[in-house]
Amino acid sequence: MSTPDTTTPDKPATTTPEIVPTGLDYVASIESTDPVNIDPSYDLWIDGAPTEPATNRYFPTINPATEEPLSRVAEAGPKDVDRAVAAARKAYEGAWGRMPANERAKYLYRIARMLQERSREFAVLETLDGGKPIRESRDIDLPLAAAHFFYCAGWADKLDFAFPGLDTSPVGVVGQVIPWNFPMLMIAWKVAPALATGNTVVLKPAETTPLSALAFARLTAEAGLPPGTLNIVTGDGTTGAEVVDHPGVDKVAFTGSTAVGKQIQRNLAGTGKRLTLELGGKAPHIIFDDAPLDQAIEGIINGIFFNQGHVCCAGSRLLVQESVFDNLMDRLRLRLTHLRVGDPLDKNTDVGAINSRAQLDRITDLVDIGVAEGADMYQPPCALPERGFWFAPTLFTGVSQSHRIAQEEIFGPVLSIMTFRTPAEAVEKANNTPYGLSAGVWTSKGSRILWMADRLAAGVVWANTYNKFDPASPFGGFQESGFGREGGRHGLLPYLGGH
Amino acid sequence: MSRLQVRKTYKLYIGGDFPRSESGRTFPALDHKGEVVARMAAGTRKDLRMAVRAARRAQPGWAARTGYNRGQILYRIAEMVEDRAEAFGAAVRLSGAGAARARREVARAVDRLVWYAGWADKFAQVMGNLNPVSGPFFNISVPEPTGVVGIIAAEESPLLGLVSRVAPVIVSGNTTVVLASERWPSPSITLAEAMATADVPDGVVNILTGPKAGMVPFLASHLDVNAVDAFGAEPAMLRDIEQEAAAGVKRVVRPPGGDIDWAEAQSPYAIAAFTEIKTVWHPKGL
Repeated sequence: MSTPDTTTPDKPATTTPEIVPTGLDYVASIESTDPVNIDPSYDLWIDGAPTEPATNRYFPTINPATEEPLSRVAEAGPKDVDRAVAAARKAYEGAWGRMPANERAKYLYRIARMLQERSREFAVLETLDGGKPIRESRDIDLPLAAAHFFYCAGWADKLDFAFPGLDTSPVGVVGQVIPWNFPMLMIAWKVAPALATGNTVVLKPAETTPLSALAFARLTAEAGLPPGTLNIVTGDGTTGAEVVDHPGVDKVAFTGSTAVGKQIQRNLAGTGKRLTLELGGKAPHIIFDDAPLDQAIEGIINGIFFNQGHVCCAGSRLLVQESVFDNLMDRLRLRLTHLRVGDPLDKNTDVGAINSRAQLDRITDLVDIGVAEGADMYQPPCALPERGFWFAPTLFTGVSQSHRIAQEEIFGPVLSIMTFRTPAEAVEKANNTPYGLSAGVWTSKGSRILWMADRLAAGVVWANTYNKFDPASPFGGFQESGFGREGGRHGLLPYLGGH
Repeated sequence: MSRLQVRKTYKLYIGGDFPRSESGRTFPALDHKGEVVARMAAGTRKDLRMAVRAARRAQPGWAARTGYNRGQILYRIAEMVEDRAEAFGAAVRLSGAGAARARREVARAVDRLVWYAGWADKFAQVMGNLNPVSGPFFNISVPEPTGVVGIIAAEESPLLGLVSRVAPVIVSGNTTVVLASERWPSPSITLAEAMATADVPDGVVNILTGPKAGMVPFLASHLDVNAVDAFGAEPAMLRDIEQEAAAGVKRVVRPPGGDIDWAEAQSPYAIAAFTEIKTVWHPKGL
């Protein structure tokens, strides 16, 4: 599958780019936090109501852009997970499980509409709790989350047409564990297909971003969703493990790191539970010499700096055809100087806060390793705020295939850049990781796009675009990026029991 | 004077060749009465490794063939099995099946191959689709073969059970390493001999006979195997298989639970289980 790299590190001659700062500055345009009411404390959400944790323990959730505490959140222990699973089971055997599919659909439509109505409130909450730029939470996360519920709603009573010849009955109680990079969108990706197909859910949001899940739980209650259909247990990885290992859970869906995914797959061995995994990536982003370079530059920027690079499908390995390397690097360095890093609530902000200190430490460590291994680092002149967690947009050139920054997922705003000469070499290098989540290709030649798309080991291939998502489009990985799909018709299959 | 019968030496099937086990070991294959009918090659971990290498080498080329071509080759396997129906019938009868049941099993195996052959240039139309995304993009999802698939063949139904799992795995462009029925291994090698004359490219199907316990853990943990078909495996093995498979985030297809009705065991979803959905986006514009 992968062949060892025997070539020398890519070090084409580089010219010193002429950095021309725009000279433009923007007046801060801060999104109001007025629509958001954050309670000083949140209990678990079990059986349709706030529920005090049996652990009696709470943990703080902070704004990573300021390090100020936003609230404190209950830590679920084994007894709490028991209660949540029991509530989900009761709803599965009761109100939700017995509901006609077309009625189920209407609940999901209603939830979609309510999310649209309260989109701004959720967007601000998402930005406060997670550090992502308001421009993204407002224009991408929330609209997509609502769209996902709307899309899945319509499938609820049409499943027999989606999978002819298959028993389309649900699996049962689903345990879901989601990451901190797209908290609300991941709720939608997980909960919408699970409920549309008639399952009930116990969901564990990420430790650092629990607030949108708890707000969403309240929204579902307002929507009249039968109690127990959706249960939220907050906590860290220990709580997540309790959810996936709980004997009352019939199916597990996990999004997160490949290391944790492997551990879950191992733990579930022999239990008969169903499993889908959406894990890490180290996506190749391939630029051919005939690519529309201005557009490609925007694609590269979006590919690696969208959501601070906290994206499993981030285009984190740039493969540039040698003949355009110098030209492209000049443009890319210049473009980096125009990125605005800072207050996530500022509508002008391109790159927000790193989600947590732990993640900042991981990024810093891997970047230090990149430097120590001999790659050349470039960061644009950019002032970072005093408080909070920040990392400047970073480019590495002179990266070889064996460098850790070319093999390991950094999950931050750090791009490793390599070169190639022929399409075959691009494919060889692109496929040279155990991952296989996504890939990008830029070229003006249609036949080459299709040739490349056939050969790239990736569940999603973006050609002359990058980081596009849609509820109708399946998402998920090859190889160690996981199995199962989310979104589209294919995204329903993991939640059906009859196969 | 009566003529002395020429007996067949049963060997492994790796990369289109019929080698003996590297270990030099064999084991006695018994018939249902407990009499030794042949000595079969006892495959080992090292044979398994060679088989995975052969399967990996063959995979891109097999997947790159057209569905039409793969369909014809599967159909050709059916022709070869039909042609050797008598030999297959005899191999099946060793497991205790009467003449009529053995004939039925061989006929079903042929029909199963023909059924899956027909899917080769169709399953992508049924399992893939265009996605109506909310924007000016062409967006298409297609199933691609997962890669190298390890098949743990059923102990019973040594011919139909084997064919029913090999066909859906290879029809999409996967290659496979099969651990044959340990108890009734002879139909698997007879099938290998049919495949070797059916234009199946070398390495697309590799068949190992021998004690499964020595090979299953290595098949499940081998990082160049992308998926394990445990459909026909003993449920007791499943925990170990799944634990080992986690190392490489391997796909594992589980046994369905209860006795398998091999007469009914055909479905396009069996093909889909060994494919990966790839979704390609491209903008539409002037």
